[in-house]
Amino acid sequence: MRRALYDWDEGAYLTQEEGRVIDELEAMLRPPALPMAPYPAKSILLASGEVMVVREATVDEVDTLLKIVQPLTWLDRDYYDIVSARVFAELLAWKKYRVRNEYCLVGVIEGVLAGIVNGRMFDQGHGVSYHTLTLKRGLRVGAHLFAAKMEHHIEYLGQDEVWIVAESPIGHRRWMIEYPLDKKFEVQHELGGAPSWVLSRETYFKAKPRLVSGTRPVPAELLARSRPILKPDLSAMLVQIEDTLEARL
Amino acid sequence: MREVAIIGAGSTQFGRAQWSLLKMMCEASHDAIADAGIGDRPVDAVVVANMGAARNNRTAGLASALVDRLNLFPAAAETVENGPASGATAVKAGFMAVASGVHDLVLVCGGERMREVNNFEATEFVSYLSHRYAEYPYGVTLPALAGMFARLYMDRYGVTPAHLAMVAIKNHANGVLNPKAHLRVGLTMEGLLTGPDAAMNNPFVAEPLRFFDCCPVSDGASAVLLAPATMAKQFKKTPVRIAGIGQATDLHAVHERPDPTELPAVRLAAEKAFKMAGLKPKDIDVAELHDAFTILEIAESEEVGFFPKGEGHKALERGETQIGGKLPINPSGGLKARGHPVGNTGVSQIVELVLQLRNEAGDYQVPGKPKHGFAVNFGGFGNNVVATVLARGV
Repeated sequence: MRRALYDWDEGAYLTQEEGRVIDELEAMLRPPALPMAPYPAKSILLASGEVMVVREATVDEVDTLLKIVQPLTWLDRDYYDIVSARVFAELLAWKKYRVRNEYCLVGVIEGVLAGIVNGRMFDQGHGVSYHTLTLKRGLRVGAHLFAAKMEHHIEYLGQDEVWIVAESPIGHRRWMIEYPLDKKFEVQHELGGAPSWVLSRETYFKAKPRLVSGTRPVPAELLARSRPILKPDLSAMLVQIEDTLEARL
Repeated sequence: MREVAIIGAGSTQFGRAQWSLLKMMCEASHDAIADAGIGDRPVDAVVVANMGAARNNRTAGLASALVDRLNLFPAAAETVENGPASGATAVKAGFMAVASGVHDLVLVCGGERMREVNNFEATEFVSYLSHRYAEYPYGVTLPALAGMFARLYMDRYGVTPAHLAMVAIKNHANGVLNPKAHLRVGLTMEGLLTGPDAAMNNPFVAEPLRFFDCCPVSDGASAVLLAPATMAKQFKKTPVRIAGIGQATDLHAVHERPDPTELPAVRLAAEKAFKMAGLKPKDIDVAELHDAFTILEIAESEEVGFFPKGEGHKALERGETQIGGKLPINPSGGLKARGHPVGNTGVSQIVELVLQLRNEAGDYQVPGKPKHGFAVNFGGFGNNVVATVLARGV
């Protein structure tokens, strides 16, 4: 049974009628959701010998992710500020049911967050790639996670194409050039600015042997170690991301 | 000719700078001067090594600017541009200035700020080294030349991708120990080559060279202070003598060389340096070789006479080139992990050897109190090479 809502201004529980009105309003504000296939976790052996588990994050983990992402929103380096701010908003919108069909994949090394990717289903056939945020740089974590995101759209959500924009030169190199993606400038990507590029099924399967890696299933013990998500050391993370001589001092 | 000693050394962190190139060079120079403890004695001349400031940083006349910024007036000032061999060439210019008696105290500073431009531009800028008509118009980049060189070398001498990865693993392991290294991340053979995800971790850049076979694009500055050996004992640090310097050149276009797997400029430069020092390769205790690409460490270790031709990779397999091995190579992490700010690299190699010979290299100190150090600074694709032999004490 639904618990009665408490009105903090009035200092009293809402009546059933008042609760019903709020529920109806909320129902109008919440977008309808499409059923989404789960992303099966996989493990990736990085160049350093560390094993990164790539798995779907749950809404319950959003608060942890927000706390990790938030300090990066002021980091004016390689567009980390805008990407972090947008990821923050997208995850919050997911938690508050203000964006539909969103998902989030995380890369976790021994529980510590190494990167985040997210996106959503636009409709059954089309996916929208949102962002790729790498917290552990220099080991192609971002490239692995972006590939996992494409894998999710094409292979598990069964979509025909994914619309993508890059907000940084690094992203442009990694996605548009490295796959390579096709232009689909007639589609306005919902992130605003730049016109869309597209990953089709054909492009994906052509690039897959080269760019998509990982092993399934993930041993239960390893998967268990990917929860709860642990915050990377803030100063180490900032130094690593900023990658400047000054940051190391 | 006077004997010449290094009496002070300093360097910045390597990586990516937000500071200006000049500020980095000031930091390294200041450290070298403070390290020597020269007090109020005037620096007589400043030699700067740099390759790309005019293009990448919109800055020229660096040596004059450095004198001004450090208030070293009226010191003589000159800038040396000699491709990636600029650093050691500047050390050689400083050496000659002191040896000839023209100057007493000479500051040699290398600096490069490559990360001011994006990677495409950085690769393009380094490609200016290639032959203007025979290579550059056809899209030849330095990784491409190194890739072709590696392919031939591997076919002829049995070097395998695993050997290349061993160089990267060794130098990255050393870089982890060097607090000033650009890349401080350890690597594994599984992660690079044999594991299930290696192809994505370590993709081809210029086959057979992969991502982790190539050095990073780095910012950084280093400096050494030179003095006549007779004067060196007045200062606080153990002097390190420049026992020998050799330089040699080769044909510009690689395909015109009789045998592209040979690096005669490396061999000749090393022979000259050893001859001047009165030493043999077997006398060397620690070396910094120009491993812009992993294959180069193997090839150079043979050309300079550390190992017979075609056997450098076998020595690597036996662990002889590790810190603690028979002949440690690139204990600083080399260009591969410490980083490669191109015009600065030759000076930074000398700084690293000075630290080793003074037993001040900390976690990456070569054991056994090394007495002789050796460096190869490789310009172009081996068409202009400087080799240097250093000796502890004067």
